[in-house]
Amino acid sequence: MQSSTVVVVIVLLASFAYQWARRRSINLVGGTRGVRNLHSLPAYYGMYVALWCALPALALLGLWHLFGDRVILQMVLAQMPTEFQHLQAGEAGLVLNDIRNVVSGAVPAEMARPAVVAAAQHWRQLSHQGDLVGAVLAFSSAIVVGFLALRSVKPEMRARNQVEKIAEWALLACSGVAVLTTIGIIVSVLYEAMHFFHFVSPIEFLFGTTWSPQIAMRADQVGSSGAFGAVPLFTGTLLIAGIALLVSVPVGLFSAIYLAEYAARGVRTVVKPLLEILAGIPTVVYGFFAAMTVGPLLRILGERLGLVVASESALSAGLVMGIMIIPFVSSLADDMITAVPQSLRDGAYALGATRSETIRNVVLPAALPGIVGGVLLAASRAIGETMIVVMAAGLAANLTANPFEAVTTVTVQIATLLVGDSEFDSPKTLAAFALGLVLFFVTLALNIVALKVVRKYREQYD
Amino acid sequence: MTIEKHQHVTEVSRSVVFNESDHSSPGEQVDTKTVGQVTVDSPVISARHVNVHYGEKHAIKDVSIDVAKNAVIAFIGPSGCGKSTFLRCLNRMNDTIPNAKVTGSITLDGSDIYDRSQDIVQLRARVGMVFQKPNPFPKSIYENVAYGPRIHGLAGTRADLDDMVQSSLRKAGLWEEVKDRLDNPGTGLSGGQQQRLCIARAIAVDPEVILMDEPCSALDPIATAKVEDLIDELRENYAIVIVTHSMQQAARVSQRTAYFHLGDLIEVGPTEQIFTNPVHKLTEDYITGRFG
Amino acid sequence: MTNLVGSTAKSSSQAKVAASLRRRYAAELRFRAYGIVAIAIGLAFVVFLFSSIISKGYTSFQQTYLAVDIDYAADTIDPEGTRLPDTLSAADYQAVIKASLRAQFPNVEGRASLRHLYGLVSNAAETTLRDQVVSDPKLIGSHQRIWLLADDHVDSFIKGQIDRKLPESDRPISDEEIAWLDALKAKHGVETKFNLAFFTSGDSREPEQAGVAGALAGSALTLIVTLILSFPIGVAAAIYLEEFAPRNFWTDVIEVNINNLAAVPSIVFGLLGLAMFIQFFGLPRSAPLVGGLVLSLMTLPTIIIAGRASLKAVPPSIREAALGMGASRMQTVAHHVLPLALPGMLTGTIIGMARALGESAPLLMIGMVAFIVDVPHGLSDPATALPVQIYLWARSPERAFVERTSGAIMVLLGFLLLMNAVAVVLRNRFERRW
Repeated sequence: MQSSTVVVVIVLLASFAYQWARRRSINLVGGTRGVRNLHSLPAYYGMYVALWCALPALALLGLWHLFGDRVILQMVLAQMPTEFQHLQAGEAGLVLNDIRNVVSGAVPAEMARPAVVAAAQHWRQLSHQGDLVGAVLAFSSAIVVGFLALRSVKPEMRARNQVEKIAEWALLACSGVAVLTTIGIIVSVLYEAMHFFHFVSPIEFLFGTTWSPQIAMRADQVGSSGAFGAVPLFTGTLLIAGIALLVSVPVGLFSAIYLAEYAARGVRTVVKPLLEILAGIPTVVYGFFAAMTVGPLLRILGERLGLVVASESALSAGLVMGIMIIPFVSSLADDMITAVPQSLRDGAYALGATRSETIRNVVLPAALPGIVGGVLLAASRAIGETMIVVMAAGLAANLTANPFEAVTTVTVQIATLLVGDSEFDSPKTLAAFALGLVLFFVTLALNIVALKVVRKYREQYD
Repeated sequence: MTIEKHQHVTEVSRSVVFNESDHSSPGEQVDTKTVGQVTVDSPVISARHVNVHYGEKHAIKDVSIDVAKNAVIAFIGPSGCGKSTFLRCLNRMNDTIPNAKVTGSITLDGSDIYDRSQDIVQLRARVGMVFQKPNPFPKSIYENVAYGPRIHGLAGTRADLDDMVQSSLRKAGLWEEVKDRLDNPGTGLSGGQQQRLCIARAIAVDPEVILMDEPCSALDPIATAKVEDLIDELRENYAIVIVTHSMQQAARVSQRTAYFHLGDLIEVGPTEQIFTNPVHKLTEDYITGRFG
Repeated sequence: MTNLVGSTAKSSSQAKVAASLRRRYAAELRFRAYGIVAIAIGLAFVVFLFSSIISKGYTSFQQTYLAVDIDYAADTIDPEGTRLPDTLSAADYQAVIKASLRAQFPNVEGRASLRHLYGLVSNAAETTLRDQVVSDPKLIGSHQRIWLLADDHVDSFIKGQIDRKLPESDRPISDEEIAWLDALKAKHGVETKFNLAFFTSGDSREPEQAGVAGALAGSALTLIVTLILSFPIGVAAAIYLEEFAPRNFWTDVIEVNINNLAAVPSIVFGLLGLAMFIQFFGLPRSAPLVGGLVLSLMTLPTIIIAGRASLKAVPPSIREAALGMGASRMQTVAHHVLPLALPGMLTGTIIGMARALGESAPLLMIGMVAFIVDVPHGLSDPATALPVQIYLWARSPERAFVERTSGAIMVLLGFLLLMNAVAVVLRNRFERRW
């Protein structure tokens, strides 16, 4: 039975239970005139029973969906001829793939090995039975639990409190999704990265200076191992992020200062949103802009000046990334500057300080922690930015500090290693997860420090 | 608002007032509705027919008054009467508030401070200000005091600067308390010390006039007493204008007192006379605590 | 005496102040100039970016068509005269077009020249003819002047993107092609029309046939999933954290976590999607379902943060009033607080959706970069998204794709503008100051 129909049936059962329980609660107190004798409004009794009817059933169904496949898989494998039982991990995966393909009909049964076809049939049968079992389980739980809940409806029962308790748990569960996401990120990235460190030692990965991930077509192939020293990626990332900060911090900071301290209100209301347009433009657009407009422009400019600028240079990627984070820096700096209390400015003005003296000597030092926090956040964003560098920085893992050369970054490598068909057991693919691990923790550290600094700063003037 | 205003205008007859006070001789004649002696001999600051508008709001209504040298003048009145607004006109701190419009004339040593040629930096170097809430910069004690001399280039050498900081802190009566921790942040001092630090910071620039906007309202009684003593000492070298909520404070520290009411300057006179024998009905009501 | 000393000291410090003024006002001016320059740089970037993209892309909304006198030769299309739909749709329309072109330019000889001649029209012309004939078999045997889609080089040339003064070897279009086009033009046989196909067709290897419909559908499906998941969950989480959560270690953890999650690079979410949804749960690759899941995890923090801010803006007096009437906390929130906070939450959600619409890095990870011609219709159909389509086209070597890419960017920016405008209108209309 289709799981969607099962869900629909359960929902129908629950709405039926709602009506029944509601009516029952009214009948218990002798009709609608007696409702004041109920602890809660009749609708709450209805909701109470409906929730008990639906939730456990849906939970069962969900669990079955998550893990039923795995159970079936184990059962299928157990039934297969003995020579399939002791395969190595890689080959078992291939067989499994074959079975899946036959099951889904992607590969016609005639083209597969007999054992695989048998297994596929077994699978189909099991999953059919399994679906049926799951549906029956869900229905019976809905009916039994719903009935028990209905029996418990009494005038003095605190249905509203119960329903609200459930609702509160549901709300809590929703806010838990964010935590689950973080855990999911850490687990999935760490798990695959650990896998990678079976192939390549963490020392070599973190301190090696050559990066050339190779695909091993066959295990016995010469030179199949590749080199996974990520230092060129780290330096490339830092170079581009550094250029981006060199562009965005002065421009962002000075425009924030001007808008917060000098500009007339009219100018501010026009210019601020105009600058913030830059933050709303998708990164892929910046990537295109960097690759198509800025890159060639810089190359031509470089030729004029007698410099050799690669058409995919760190400079063009960094420059464009800098443009992208200008509004980020400026709006954070603006927040921090406007958070500096007016009394401090008054103190300086009353001494006869000029505006710029007040800003430089009083406002900026006071806002400095906040601004530093903002710059750290901007740095984390620059390090994690993907599309611009993918499109404009190139793939050459050069270990260089020359901004006119092509460099590659952590995010570029993650994207290129994983785009396309990827096998989850080659070091090439797994390397992306190791890089992801580094990226995640570096940006996490930057964010935590930055948010802490910013928060502390805000508290200071609250 | 407007109705009340008409009430005082009818009560206060416009008159040309001559000297009745004992400590100064008559100055020029001023056409004003204010009761008492608004003028003094050789004033530091003289304000004439000052009006302040905040957008629609008429905050100060035709106020004329002189500030004498080496004396303390207190502005008193119920909250919202405009005394702080008027104080902030005297060193043009209202310039930082958008849509505030000041008309009339305010002269410092005879030159109009609202004149286009008046330099606002120079003006504030001559007319310092201390605020209601102590607002030390988030820097060291030393840097707080040295800030003014530094930006104005008053000290030639580091030693000069040290001297200035020391003498300002001494004048502010803070030196003994902080001399061993000049490098500690100014924000780490107690409220009263912070306020005296702000006073030290103001006098380090060597101004002629010091404006104080309820300088003790955020302080405890002991700190208040210290600041009041300090104000009395500072009178020797500076003209001081103090806005205060507390009539006792006005009585303790000032030689002249001006009573503001809803933007009007009702009465000015020697402090003793204002508190013992006010001429105007509104002043009397305020002094005797009928409102305020 | 003291007075005298005091006044001389004062006048000396006054003189020093006056002496410093010039220098200080110069510094003031400089400082102010830095600000103006910074803003000018920022604004210049905005203008440069937009003008660069619009100047490259506005032509993509026009498409060149060539008028060809087609001879619907019966012996090529349907030699046996059966007029069966199967025969008609399997006929060699390429040959029909070639013959018609030869007839129109009888002087062209030689294989290379002929190939150039045939290359003037797009190979989509074949399909155009086939559809025509299948729907109206009476055309067979007749002569018609038909507007056919031009090839991308021709299109670029007609739009003036290729300079005819360049040496022949430096341009993708040869002298003889230019001569034919000029001849056609003289007979009013060249026209640029509104490029409807750009909005109705999917991706293609041929620039002149490529459109954004597939990518738009993919983006729409992805965003629907994102919205359905992230809005309710985000609102619920915001309500819990702002209205119910006790202040303890765990809620602190959740809070710090949400703030950090908002700053995690988007590509990391792609890794999560790949490892979790595709590898572990076995969801299909390249599907809007997975894309939507990943993007909703990414948007969730934005919605939660915006939601909390708008809940915070509801004054406590309203809660107290409801609680004072004997409403439960849940009722207070559901009846009073939430309705007041909802506009703010919606604004935050729209902004989050706009960001999700522009996001491409995580979609690369989960395989939404495939070359997909068909417009997706379901959540598990292979699909791509508009920003990813832009990425794909940007990497294509064909020059005409530059124009298409810029056009697609303009479409994308148009949608973003629309969403942000809606958010602004919502905010202005419903924002309340308490």
